Amino acid sequence: MWNPIEGAPREELEKLQAKRLRDTVERVYHLVPFYKKKFDELGIKPAHINSVNDLKNLPFTTKQDLRDHYPFGLFTVPMDQVVRIHSSSGTTGKPTVVGYTRHDMGVWKEVMARTMSMMNVGPGDVVHNAYGYGLFTGGLGFHYGAEEVGAAVVPSSGGFTKRQLLLMKDFGATVLCSTPSFALHLAEVAKDEGYDLKKDFKIRAGFFGAEPASEGLRSALRDAWGLVYIEAYGLSEIIGPGVASGCPYGNLHVFEDHFIPEVIDTETGEVLPDGQEGELVFTTVTKQALPIIRYRTKDITVLHREPCECGRTITVMESVKGRADDMLIVNGVNVFPSQVEHVLTKLEGITPNYVIVLDKKGVLDKLEVWVEVDDRTFADGIGALETLKTRLQQEMLNDLYINVRVKLVEPKTLERSMGKAKRIIDKREAEGLKS
Amino acid sequence: MIRKYGIKQLSIFLENRKGRLLEVTEALKDASINIRALALAESAEFGILRLVVNNPEKARSVLSSSGFTLKEQDVFAVEVPDEPGGFYNVVRILTENDINVDYTYAFVGGGKKAVLIFKVPSEMVEKALDVLSQGGITLVEPMFFYD
Ligand SMILES: [Zn+2]
Repeated sequence: MWNPIEGAPREELEKLQAKRLRDTVERVYHLVPFYKKKFDELGIKPAHINSVNDLKNLPFTTKQDLRDHYPFGLFTVPMDQVVRIHSSSGTTGKPTVVGYTRHDMGVWKEVMARTMSMMNVGPGDVVHNAYGYGLFTGGLGFHYGAEEVGAAVVPSSGGFTKRQLLLMKDFGATVLCSTPSFALHLAEVAKDEGYDLKKDFKIRAGFFGAEPASEGLRSALRDAWGLVYIEAYGLSEIIGPGVASGCPYGNLHVFEDHFIPEVIDTETGEVLPDGQEGELVFTTVTKQALPIIRYRTKDITVLHREPCECGRTITVMESVKGRADDMLIVNGVNVFPSQVEHVLTKLEGITPNYVIVLDKKGVLDKLEVWVEVDDRTFADGIGALETLKTRLQQEMLNDLYINVRVKLVEPKTLERSMGKAKRIIDKREAEGLKS
Repeated sequence: MIRKYGIKQLSIFLENRKGRLLEVTEALKDASINIRALALAESAEFGILRLVVNNPEKARSVLSSSGFTLKEQDVFAVEVPDEPGGFYNVVRILTENDINVDYTYAFVGGGKKAVLIFKVPSEMVEKALDVLSQGGITLVEPMFFYD
């Protein structure tokens, strides 16, 4: 354990959280007009916030709020105290911008060091970091964490798969940090290149995040590399990677002395008790440049507060099940597009383009997944394609508990018929409107 | 043998959608590519168009940039007399040697000859070429198809 607070008695932790929360609330109320206005509208004064329990009275902050105050409108420090700026690409509208003071960078290093310490990564370890370096927080976040614990970092970033494999082998990398899909891609290319993954490489731990991963993908990575799979969870609005980290027992621990988690009903905004599924919300309590009150992540998960076998007492969150925005209800079953994506990725190791089409057949909902066949997945045989289709349908039934009809389509069909980058077509709504 | 007799076939994934076949052939026509042999396999929803053309490299890049999903496949061709039993002789030799045929298609060449194109599992190609040539079957070199 990097920091004893991770295993401290809950009362001690909550006392610390309460103190930090009060400081943060004072800070944003007096320094950010956006928060002052929101607090005033609700009749809340910083003095009303005395414990973590009072958190539920505070207003939410959304991604839209960040965009509305682009670029620096929610910062609580003058720009001469900001030492780092990251930004997420905005596919719709403006990008979101996050800033760090020197103190914030310290917080980030601390939580990333805790992440690395989940597998006792330290001096002597060679950390191969294949997360992208740049505006995305993944690359630099893991970089600082590995340096902080005294490991040797290889900042390889993405791309150049064959060269990465060569360096991993020759430098004797013991830890791999990457997206799970890239780790699988590395494994596949390594096999094609004639490497023996377990003999030629010494990877003992993998820190995987930035995208959802099915259990199938996780066990494929464990088997291929012979590594311990550590899930990394984070989002740039909160700090980047390092918001929560998996432990060797497979529990995802939230570093809640810095980021207090809540789970709410996504419709009503009401706080849900532990064990119930809902939208994850974070309040940062140690950040200076961009503290955030009750940030709605849109991630659907469940919180647990029982101590873990690893000795940590901090809250455990389940792996994110999907996005609040994306949840579909099909014949009464909750379905997330991410689950569909998992199945597609699991079978082919790559994510093909796909679109989910929902329609009505009589009174029943009908779900189709149109999957683009590209040069990588195209097998030159009718039988092989039919088998692929049947397997996908079977896997969807296993994972989603509903019957899905898979249709294999040519590339760009989806764009041509649906407009660009739309993943879900819900014809049920359109018909409802007509009648 | 593969080096000498291997022929590059292009397999193209097609949805069963009106006009799709037209679009492939149009793209090839516009690039002045000549189709020397073709076969279409289909299921209820999709099909695979298999082509041997006079310039596989160019065809590949033209079709790729037109957004078609395709795969280059090694096949081989034999020439038989255009008369009863011509096809039989070839298939018999392959069967006697336990070589499974994934698919085959034929076209009538000039004069009294027919040309047959075969796809067998890749690890079997060398053996197939050996036994056919020993069995007195005429193998066709790629130059017959290419410019
Ligand atoms: Zn644990």
